[in-house]
Amino acid sequence: MHPDIAISIEGLGKKYEVDKLKAQDEGLRHVIERALRAPLATMRKKVYTKRTREFWALRNVSLQVRRGEVVGVIGRNGAGKSTMLKLLSRITVPTEGSIRINGRVASLLEVGTGFHQELTGRENIFLNGAILGMKRSEIIRKFDEIVEFSEVGEFLDTPVKRYSSGMYVRLAFAVAAHLDPEILIVDEVLAVGDAAFQRKCLGKMSSFAQSGRTVLFVSHNLEAVRNLCGRAVWLENGSVREDGAVDQVVENFFNAMSASSQFSSQSDEYGFAVRRVVLRDATGAESAQFTPGADMIVELEYSAAKPLEQPYIILAINGVNGTCFTANMLLDGNRPTVLQGTGKMACRFKAVPLLPQSYSVKMSIRTKNGNDRVLDYSDVAFFNVVGDLAEYGFAGEFVSRASSSTPVIVPYEWHLPDGTVAPVSLSGERVQNKQIDSVLSR
Amino acid sequence: MSELVIESGRIERQYWRDLWRYRELFLFFVWRDLLVRYKQTAVGVSWSLIRPFLTLAVLTIVFGKLGKMPAGGVPYPLLVFCGMLPWLFFSTALTEAGNSLVSNANMVSKVYFPRMTITASSVSTCLVDFMISCVFLIALMIWFRFLPPVAVFLVPFFVVLMFGASLGVSLWVAALMVKYRDFRFIVPFVVQFGLYISPVGFQSSVVPERFRLLYALNPMVGIIDGFRWCILGLPQAYLPSIGIATVEVGLLLASGVWYFRKTERTFADII
Repeated sequence: MHPDIAISIEGLGKKYEVDKLKAQDEGLRHVIERALRAPLATMRKKVYTKRTREFWALRNVSLQVRRGEVVGVIGRNGAGKSTMLKLLSRITVPTEGSIRINGRVASLLEVGTGFHQELTGRENIFLNGAILGMKRSEIIRKFDEIVEFSEVGEFLDTPVKRYSSGMYVRLAFAVAAHLDPEILIVDEVLAVGDAAFQRKCLGKMSSFAQSGRTVLFVSHNLEAVRNLCGRAVWLENGSVREDGAVDQVVENFFNAMSASSQFSSQSDEYGFAVRRVVLRDATGAESAQFTPGADMIVELEYSAAKPLEQPYIILAINGVNGTCFTANMLLDGNRPTVLQGTGKMACRFKAVPLLPQSYSVKMSIRTKNGNDRVLDYSDVAFFNVVGDLAEYGFAGEFVSRASSSTPVIVPYEWHLPDGTVAPVSLSGERVQNKQIDSVLSR
Repeated sequence: MSELVIESGRIERQYWRDLWRYRELFLFFVWRDLLVRYKQTAVGVSWSLIRPFLTLAVLTIVFGKLGKMPAGGVPYPLLVFCGMLPWLFFSTALTEAGNSLVSNANMVSKVYFPRMTITASSVSTCLVDFMISCVFLIALMIWFRFLPPVAVFLVPFFVVLMFGASLGVSLWVAALMVKYRDFRFIVPFVVQFGLYISPVGFQSSVVPERFRLLYALNPMVGIIDGFRWCILGLPQAYLPSIGIATVEVGLLLASGVWYFRKTERTFADII
């Protein structure tokens, strides 16, 4: 293998035998029963193999990752991303093909694996560190750094079962963040924690990537992938659909995904279902692309087998750094009297002041007491904001960095010492060269 | 630079090296199990004294006083306790280690480490209780003013045998449990019956002579006989049973490791 290659995957495949799994779930009695009924067949495993249905979670995947490359792996749920990570992490073995890894690997499929509820924060740092493959001496050396990063210093000797979920995640990520491998394999670990902490994690990840180490990063957060990675691999139905420069692959994936965005979710308990969530532009046409400052309509189709009285509906627009803004009935109080039968409702976000990036719409529905969730907070739709920022008064040399900037831009103007006034706005009307008086002259 | 190759059906030569490399994790698991074991209990570590003490009292009364079993010239509680030492170790180890993979399922499906680490550490954790019991035994011997024979220096051999038997069976059970949760019900059964099938509350010499060879097929017979022979100097101990036990432990261990290794690769898929 060429010394420049960190990971080389060839013809990788992983087969699950669906019915066999089921048979195994049935327990010992069936195995014995089968053995008694047809001893010879069982011995030859004929009965067994006949009943199985093969399912390839991954097939014919070949991939070469060069040393120092940061590769994002994207794809729908069930596309084989997790399976690939499990194979790379040696948690499970491939059915065919091979993987060659050159260098010390750390894989992070989850933060806080092996955390024990009864143990204190301090004890868990050691335990978790050891599980992730750190040596005791290494943990001792990095202990203070880990504690500082986690911001849970004063609760270090409290059992983690008393921690808030935020503290728990922070501590867990802090341990993982101090692994020091040559190759890092990370699954959707950033999906947890609050926005500020997610930013911190992303920062840690990008400094890791910039230090010339190899990273394989799986995420649903396309913007994070775009920021961190130079290259992206799009998996679909267990094989590589596209592999190339991150912007291209992410965009193609995004377009394919929003084209078939068909969210539906159902709560059996409340007999309530959201059949479909559609995004529409100001003209009412279905769309997944918006220009900065345009109106966006989030429309949902519901069906309620039982009447759902005075529900609270919460919509949130999420970007790279977490939630940008929300429409929240818990706050504004404009809830419907009752939802029954089938119907539609919508929320129009006006003059959405977002930078060109990728976003998702999250939704949660609660009962009239405001606490019980009819539908859990989750992504219901995705959209992109696209546009040429120069048209909106963005003329900076580093305007390309807008893709990782805080996305919400309210209209503003700079009032410079020389009296010039420079307005910037993502609102629908483009910036005109009209004369504005400087606030400084007053 | 070491190159790691992951392929289907490849016998990983790295396995044993990995097992060694993860020795610290092994110690961490032992440490964790010890720390956690008596958390939120009122009397804490005393449980590892209370349990053997109560078992000792019950077995002594049932077999010694009510059953009037022969004591072979030693105080009956000593006879019972020497049998209980390896038995309690075996039964707790089997219960804990047999469950070790399933109860750490989350870890098994999220991180790589040689899975044997977790089962072996579970068995090893029980050594601490064993040692506490040993202190208790010494106290008992002082109480009864009993001086052990020279053969007492052979105890480590039987400790190794006891450990091997427990590990061997635990490896089998832990690996089988991943696939067949039935073992959750089988293990308590085995532990319950084993107490009566093995010579814990009585001497193996009460078994009629012609059945003794058959009886000795239970490896715990040889191990318990061994403990009694070298700690109490009981001449009634049936030495062939020790030989049989040694061979059986070797087989159990070898087959346990073999089966565990064979099924280990699929643990994460089916657990």
